[in-house]
Amino acid sequence: MEKDVSISGYRRKDGRVGIRNHLLVIPTVACVNGVVNRVGRAVPEAVCAPHGHGCGRGGERNLVILFRVLSGMIRHPNVGAAVVIGLGCEVSNTKTLLPMLGDIGKPLAVLNVQEEGGSLKTADKAIGAAREFLEELAAARREPADWNDLLVSVECGGSDAMSGITANVAVGAVADLLVDRGATVMFGENTEMIGAAHVLARRAVNDEVARKITEMTDRAETLTRTVMGDMAGLVISPGNMDGGMSTIAEKSLGCIVKGGTRPVMDVVDYGETPKVRGLVLQDGPGYDADSMAGFAAAGSQLMFFSTGRGTPAGFPAVPVIKVASNSELYRAMEDDMDINAGNMVEGVPLEALRDDMTAYMTEIINGKRTRAEENGMDIFTFMTVNPPF
Amino acid sequence: MADSVLVIHENDNVAVALRDLEAGEEALFRGKIFATALERVPAGHKVAICEIERGGEIIKYGEPVGISTAVIPRGAWVHTHNLESGRWKRT
Repeated sequence: MEKDVSISGYRRKDGRVGIRNHLLVIPTVACVNGVVNRVGRAVPEAVCAPHGHGCGRGGERNLVILFRVLSGMIRHPNVGAAVVIGLGCEVSNTKTLLPMLGDIGKPLAVLNVQEEGGSLKTADKAIGAAREFLEELAAARREPADWNDLLVSVECGGSDAMSGITANVAVGAVADLLVDRGATVMFGENTEMIGAAHVLARRAVNDEVARKITEMTDRAETLTRTVMGDMAGLVISPGNMDGGMSTIAEKSLGCIVKGGTRPVMDVVDYGETPKVRGLVLQDGPGYDADSMAGFAAAGSQLMFFSTGRGTPAGFPAVPVIKVASNSELYRAMEDDMDINAGNMVEGVPLEALRDDMTAYMTEIINGKRTRAEENGMDIFTFMTVNPPF
Repeated sequence: MADSVLVIHENDNVAVALRDLEAGEEALFRGKIFATALERVPAGHKVAICEIERGGEIIKYGEPVGISTAVIPRGAWVHTHNLESGRWKRT
């Protein structure tokens, strides 16, 4: 096996390695998304990450998540420089955010609309800073990296009954290979572990981790029951059901195969960076967009995303490899799909598919763009725990 | 003959249709006929590969994924009309 396939990246001052060297333009709060979009039109090379959050919600847990995700994105190893657009009066204002960031070891510009004289003046300054940073970034060169520099997350969304049979099984085989090479692999979606928690707990590295797995899934189950009532056992989308899945346990078993078969080394909170290598679970929600933001905030440089019904979603600054679970989807959305795992049904052995996926992944790590990157299909939103008021 | 179904785990009592199966079509996996479809089974859906008693577990991935609400004959389509979640029973 090609154990010594070499990979490269951008080594950051905090010791992490980016596989991209992006300029990120990010708002602290939704109110200034228009400024970010304006910068994006003027500087198309920038990765813009407008979002719907930053204010209007309270509660300690909500604030922890808000600041963890914003700072995680700014500090992200795939981000070489950042322009932060604030408003001034928002909960996630830059006066609170910046001390949490500390020295990020990369060029950073911070502009507040209420201080700069409005949206147009802020955008003009931000455009200037963005152009300057891009020149600096262009001078950076890739260096050799190790597999153990990587945190690869695996996600599934818009699943069908094939997802758990083809795509997730194939992604799981790649996950095992990554862990064996020294990388960290993370998957989350705690609601999609309900009914399969005992299978994961059996694979926990010790009793403490087994307890964390059980606690996480019990909490997810309680929340699901509270919200869904009598329909809780069928908490899967109409699309999932049309695809042939009948219960959440069936969906969950098909979901957790995407993490592979290696021991579960730890459970980390939403957006929290794992401290151990190997397979790690994130205590985060099943909704793809929120889940990916947690992985990104934790510092995932790369994601796999399997889909059966077909979603084009990518993520700002993070390459997302889309794996189609069936050939019909692959053909129907070929521009959006990177890998066709549906060919397992047509007789391609799992090992051959895994090796093809690994070769493709290596190219992506080394700079080739995923379909979602090519197409600009970034979405950015993240978990909140309380309704707005 | 190409496989028409997938049997994921040796302990499973359902197979997954790889394409739409019409009534009378064989559920074929690696050269073995596991059942003959009694009704239409859409691609991705489950077909019983042995008779499942009322209240019996539906096994896929080698693990229970639901409880049958009726006797399910071999070859029948298995979905929400004849199983319920063993975890949270509907009232």
